Order: sequence, then structure tokens, then C-alpha cells
Amino acid sequence: MLTYLRRSAAQLVFVLLGIALINFFLLHLAPGDAAQVLAGESGAATPEYMEALRRQFGLDQPLYIQFLRYLGNLATFDLGYSFRQSLPVSELILQRLPATLLLMGTAIGFALVAGCSLGFLAARRAGKLTDTVISIVALLFYATPVFWVGIMLIVVFSVILDWLPVGGMTSVEANLGGLALVGDVALHLVLPAVTLGLFYLAIYARLMRAAMLEVYGQDFVRTARAKGVRLRRIAWRHVLRNALLPIVTTLGVQLGSILGGAVLVETVFSWPGLGRLAFSALFQRDLNLLLGILFCSSVVVVLVNIAVDLVYTLLDPRIELG
Amino acid sequence: MARTDTASLPPTRTDFRDRAVGRLLRRPSALVGLILLAGILAMAAFADVAFPGDPLDMAGSPLLRPGDAAEFPLGTDMMGRDLASGIFHGARVSLLIGGVAALVSLVIGIGIGALSGYYGGRVDRALMRVTELFQTIPPFLFTLALVAILQPSIATITTAIGITSWSGLARLVRAEVLRLRNSELAQASIILGASDARIIFLHILPNALAPVIVSASILVATAILTESSLSFLGLGDPNVVSWGGMVGAGRETIRTDPHVAAIPGVAIVIAVLALNLLGDGLNDVLNGKGERR
Amino acid sequence: MSDPVLAVDGLSIAFQTRRGPLPAVRDLSFSVGRGEMLAIVGESGCGKSLTALALLGLVPPPGRVTGGTVRLEGRDLLALDEAALRHVRGARISMIFQEPMTALNPVLTVGEQIMEAILEHEPVSRKAARERTLALLERVRIPDPARRFAEYPHRMSGGMRQRVMIAMALAGAPAVLVADEPTTALDVTIQAQILSLIDELRREQGTAVVFITHDLGVVSRYVDRVLVMYAGRKVEERDTRDLFADPFHPYTKGLIAAQPRGLAARPQAGPGPAGVARERLTEIPGTVPALAAMPPGCAFAPRCPLADDRCVRTVPPPRPAGSGLVACHHAGESHAI
Repeated sequence: MLTYLRRSAAQLVFVLLGIALINFFLLHLAPGDAAQVLAGESGAATPEYMEALRRQFGLDQPLYIQFLRYLGNLATFDLGYSFRQSLPVSELILQRLPATLLLMGTAIGFALVAGCSLGFLAARRAGKLTDTVISIVALLFYATPVFWVGIMLIVVFSVILDWLPVGGMTSVEANLGGLALVGDVALHLVLPAVTLGLFYLAIYARLMRAAMLEVYGQDFVRTARAKGVRLRRIAWRHVLRNALLPIVTTLGVQLGSILGGAVLVETVFSWPGLGRLAFSALFQRDLNLLLGILFCSSVVVVLVNIAVDLVYTLLDPRIELG
Repeated sequence: MARTDTASLPPTRTDFRDRAVGRLLRRPSALVGLILLAGILAMAAFADVAFPGDPLDMAGSPLLRPGDAAEFPLGTDMMGRDLASGIFHGARVSLLIGGVAALVSLVIGIGIGALSGYYGGRVDRALMRVTELFQTIPPFLFTLALVAILQPSIATITTAIGITSWSGLARLVRAEVLRLRNSELAQASIILGASDARIIFLHILPNALAPVIVSASILVATAILTESSLSFLGLGDPNVVSWGGMVGAGRETIRTDPHVAAIPGVAIVIAVLALNLLGDGLNDVLNGKGERR
Repeated sequence: MSDPVLAVDGLSIAFQTRRGPLPAVRDLSFSVGRGEMLAIVGESGCGKSLTALALLGLVPPPGRVTGGTVRLEGRDLLALDEAALRHVRGARISMIFQEPMTALNPVLTVGEQIMEAILEHEPVSRKAARERTLALLERVRIPDPARRFAEYPHRMSGGMRQRVMIAMALAGAPAVLVADEPTTALDVTIQAQILSLIDELRREQGTAVVFITHDLGVVSRYVDRVLVMYAGRKVEERDTRDLFADPFHPYTKGLIAAQPRGLAARPQAGPGPAGVARERLTEIPGTVPALAAMPPGCAFAPRCPLADDRCVRTVPPPRPAGSGLVACHHAGESHAI
């Protein structure tokens, strides 16, 4: 356990360093000098302030000193200042992070439960009509761009049927509190979470089907049959648990991509999370904010991956942390 | 075991390759994928013939529905641009960016994977660390940042997608090379004193081709999705028409005219679906569903 | 012999292929009595594992039983549907497999896996099932059963895992135990331990054992009778002592000669055919013919030193010989049967 923690800490540090380097590189890749970039290009800051910035960041110093300063800032979680939003970047990000985590968590939960169920069903009916239908649906979702799904769901469920809100996280006009607020947020969450989840649902359904079929071919399933275990119970107790292992691994690998999907979904549904923040940073050319978001979301990916590792050890007794 | 002894003998290599194409065509899903892909290629090839003129120009009255006017079979958007023309010309952009971006990540992924797997040791550890890093940074956000900084154009979008999507392939190639490096053929060449480059290019990579071909088709599909997402967000090349950009433009009118956003989306789905189907078919045929295990 | 517990009659198994069925086991008959241990011996590919699976109705596709009966305590298992068969498996007939490594589920504790065999057949409480499982673990001489109960398979040695498999198979006190090469994957010393454990259990509980193996030497000390299979057919079936003393079929001779530890050097009981018995084969030359390329006559003819025209043309029918049966045109020639 201790060696595991040490190793993940080392990995975390390495990833942070790597991202810092990439960010630093990107800052210098942008046209104009870094002070302009940091201040937001279109001259939101006064010339005096720019001068102060240049000095503060040591832009007159050699590159490696600049990089060390940048690292020092990151180490103290100082991601700089967003002149556009007039707030420190770290504060902006912390404000928006919970909404994104809520969206991602719900979407992943939905994708896992629905995807695994469909894959499970398809594997148990392999070769039959149910299997074919599920496989075709999964293939379609797998090929559908997230943003388009979002728009089409809005057309159907908000515009035509008028069942669910078009966007946002809460109803602006109502001043809700307590349970009513939770219900309101949940209602707003349905479409974005489903939109983000459908693509991953497709992946998990396909993966689950394949994993189940592979596990069905293994010796211990034959053992279970030889001792007279019911087919239903074999599926649930022997096959399912083993088939979940590759799903968990895949989930860890895809976290980054799910976060990327969240950017699109938040944009479509005006969900006030990191993605929406990134989107506005993009168009205000607030590069410092954008790179801060990139940095923080990578940290989130590393941390959640550690959690996924822990879950894996719970599911598979053969794996021990270390 | 008694049962496996009786399985059919593995076909020889040339035999295998000759039959691979036939077997691919016999799979309904792969066949559908190939037909759809051929259709999109044809659209891209004949875009200028079928729809001469800039698809970004106003062509008729705005927001015509499909079937309203004979000359605009798919209707027009709020700027009066011909949707059908956009779909045809957009096929070019999607295929071009998808193809070239996949090529970029193939080059990076194969290069890093091959070096890592072949040399092992420190080189391997260092390269795998970098690969891990690229797997950790959310790829779409990374692409966004790159494109935003470099200013969107076909070239920058292609490069950005290529740079951010090679990590999975590198791991795959590394694993294959690691396996093949210890094969008798490669070992014999090492003993005979062949150069590293010769061994890698002549003996190892050709044998690792099957999984690479399969991932290539998936890479193109993913690149097309990423490109459409970028242009949906308004980060597409402003000088060309793109399916994702068309969906983005159609968003404004979903309350009254949802077809403007719906139609280009269908085009994306079909293109990506075609490549995925092809990838699945190739996977079944080339990787032989465990036949070579 | 009194009424057999398990009687197999005319069992045929074929693989369904696009070019039609490929017979893998043909017209196989044998029976086992209470407390008796029968070995089915043959090279890999002779159909013995398939036969073992057929006894429990577990032949995997594309294999299919195409004929015959498998009577367990008088009931034909092949006529039962899956639901009825399930109640028989693990209760009246159970099986242990070659690979104790992969035959156990890696994510369940061994205790849970043994308990399952009880709970799926009997309406007992989990507590009672647990007690019985602990007793079973003790029975198969696993030290410290209470601790081992909660252990996962990967923490155990191969021998221990095979003991767990045996405990699992015995959970329902079955009338027949089918053991498919249960010692092949184990060290020699562990092999002996597992074999004597199986031997002891069948003596104490009267369980009939069908022991599948490719290694005659391993079982010669324990089994009562040996059935030799070649290319899907029974070629010889004899009491163990008779078989080793005086094998009739040239294939059996080859198998015995191929055994290490000088089994082939045992004195011959009768005047063996000159040149054959004394030829100390370390290995039988040639290989088992492929299913798709089965010769029309005796399947062993291409590898047989005695083969003549008749062998190539017609399949030798089984004939009574000594304490059993043999299927060879030449078997009687120099023997007083």
C-alpha cells in the first residue's frame, strides 16, 4: 500500500511537471509576448500593469528561469489571474469544478449501469435478435458526435415534448431551496448526463458483451456448470464479476476523454462547469485561464485514476497494490 | 486438449492475405462500412461537379425545408446556404482532416511505440512516461488549447489532432514490437548483425501491421469526430465548410427549423459509422478472432 | 459385477462442421460399479476428454452427442433437459479438471465456491453449508480450513487448488466422480498425494471414479480396470493387472512400453508375439490420424507393426479377450483367448 502511494505520488508529480512544461511551451507558442497572453490579448490591462507583469514573471530573464518561476507559482497553486473575469484562475476553477464533477459522475454512472446491462443482455442472448438490436444501437451511439446528440435531445425533449429544460443548472426565475433545489438540478441534469453518457454507454455495452463472451469460454465457467450451478447464477456470479474488470480499466483510460466530452456538453446545455468556462476563455482569448483548466483537469484525471486503481483491487483479489 | 487438436490448420501467410479481402467482403457489417465509405468518398470527389461554387455563399432564400425547392433537396440554412452543397464539400474537409490527422498520429505512435518496444530499458521507461502524460491530459481540451493558440486552419487542426491522439497506438505498437522482437526471425537477424533500422522496418513492423491497420480506421473515425467537435465550437477553419460547423450554425434555429442542425449530424454519423464498421470487420479478419493465439 | 452405477452404451460424439459431422468418439461402451475406479487412457486427441464431458452433458459446441446412452443409476442423462441435468451435475455425478489454476473462479474465495456446490442442490442454510464446507476441506486434508475458506485461489499452490476441486466435487456426495487428467499439471510428489486421496475417498464413500489420463503409469497402482481409447474408439478394456501383464492390442503394448520406470520390463505372462513385445518402444512412431482423415479400416493400422490388408480395409470389431475386450484383427493370433 505504501509503495503504491509513493508510486502514485511520483506519477502525480511527473504528470504535473509534464503538463507545466507543455503549458509553458504553449504560452510561448502564442503570438505576442507572454505578458500579453497572460493579461488577455485585447488589452484588458493597462500598459503599467503589463510592465509590472513582465517584471513579476521575469519575462526579461532567460527561459529556464521563467519556467522555474512558473513552476514555483504552480506549486503554490497560483495559476495566475484572469483579467477577463477579474478573479484568480484557481478560484474560477474551484467555483466551476463541482458542476463538472456532478455532470461527469452522473454520466459515467448512467453509462456504466445502462451499458453494462445492455452488454450483459446481449452476451446472454448472443446471436439472437436482442443481441443484434443492442449491437446496432451501440454501434450507432458510438458513431454519433456528442454535441449533435445534445441538440437532437433538446429538439425532442425540450422543444417538441417540453418535458425537460433546455439548459442551465437551475431554473433562474424560481428561488428554490432544499429538496426542491435538488429536484430542480436533477431535472436540469437529465439531458446533459444522458448526452455525455450515450457515447460511453455504447463503449461499455460493446466491451461488456465481448468480455462476457470471453469469460464464458473460461475453465471456471465449465467447473461451475459441472457442479450444477444454474445458468442464471453463473451469469451473475461467475461471469459478470470477471467481465467487469476490463470495464473498470477502460473507465480509467477514458476519464480524460470524458472530461473533453463534458466541454462540448456544457457548451450545448449552458451547464455552468469547467467546460463552459474553457469555452468562454477560448473566445475571450484568456489563455491563462484555458491553460489553468487544462492543468487542473489533468490533475483530476490522475486523482480519479488512483481511485479507479483502488476499486480494481476490490474487484480483483489477484491484484495487490504495490 | 482433444478438442483443439482437431481445429483447422492455420493458413499460410500468403494464403491468409489472399483470402482476407474475400472474408472481409463476406461480412455484412464490413461490406456496409465499405459501401458507405465509398459513397462519402464519391461525394468528396464530385463535390465541385455536383455543386460548383462556394458552399459558403448564399444560394437561395433562407431556411428552406427539404423538399421546399427542387434545386435545394436538403433545404437551406438561415443564411440561405445550400445544405446539400455543404454536405458534399464538407465530406472533403472531414476526410482530409481525418485522414491526415490519423497519419500524423500513426507516424508518432508507431515511432514511439517501435523505439520503446525495441530498445526497452531506459528508452522505454522515458517514452512510456511521455505516453502516459499524453494519456492523462484530456485530449479534447488539449486539442482545443493547441488550436486556439495556433489559430484555426486546416493545417493547425490536423496537426493538433495528430499530436493529441497517438498515445493508445504507441502502447499497442510497443506491445507488438516487444512480442515480435523476441521472435526467432528477429533474433536470427540480430545474430546476423542486421542494423536496428533494418530489423525494425523489415522484420518487426510488417508483422505488427494487422492491429495497426485496425486502429488506423478507428483513428480516422475519431479524428473526424474531433474535427467536427472543434468546428461545432467555432474553432474550425473559417474558410471552408465543415459538418460540425454546419451543426453549430443550425443550433440557432432548432426551435423552428431543426433540420438545419440535424442533416449535417447525420452525415457525421454515417462517416464515423462506416469507418467503425470497417475497423470491426478488419479486426475480425486480420486478428482472426483468436485464431492466431 | 453387480448393477453398474454408470453405464455408457454406444456413445458417439461428433463435431458439427460445414462439411458435415466429424465423428470424434464412436460407439463407446463401458460401465463402472460402486467404488470402482476405471481409467480411460489414450493419447491427446483420442476423444477421452470429450467422453468425460459427455458424461455430464457438457460437450461444448461444435461438438454434439450423436448417439448412445449414458445411464447414471438407471437414468439416461442424455435424455434429460438442461434443467433436469443441472440437478444431477454436482449432486450425483461431478467432475474435476486438469487445470486447477483456471478451473477455479479467481474472484471468489474457495469457501464460497465449495459452498455454492451445496447450496445449489440442497435447501440448507448458509451456516450449515459453511460447516459442511469446512468439514470437506478437512476431509481433503487442507490444513487450517477456517483460514483457507476465505482464501482466493491464486494464493494456493496447484496441489491445494486440486484438493479444493476435489472437495467441491465431493460436496454433494456423488455416485460418480469423473476426473479429467487431474494430476497432469502437478509435480510428481503432489500427483501421488492427489491420487491416493482420490483412491481413499472412493474406498470410504463408495464413489465410482472414471479417471481420464494419457499416462498409464500414473494410474496403474490405483485403478481396477483400464479402457484404452484410440482415435475415438475403444481398442482394449481389461482388468489392470491383466492388461499390464499381457496387453493384447499393439497400441496398448506401445503405451506400456512408452512408460518410464521400467513398466515395460515386467515379465510377460504368455508367449508374446515375437519381435513386438520385446521391442522397447520409447514412443509409438507416428501420430493419431486427424478426424477428417480417418482411415477406413483400423485407425491404428498406419502406425502398427502388425498391420496387413485386412487391417487397412475393415475396422476390427471388439471381441471378448481375457478379463475384457480387445479390438484387433491380430489379437488372438498368438494368444489363447
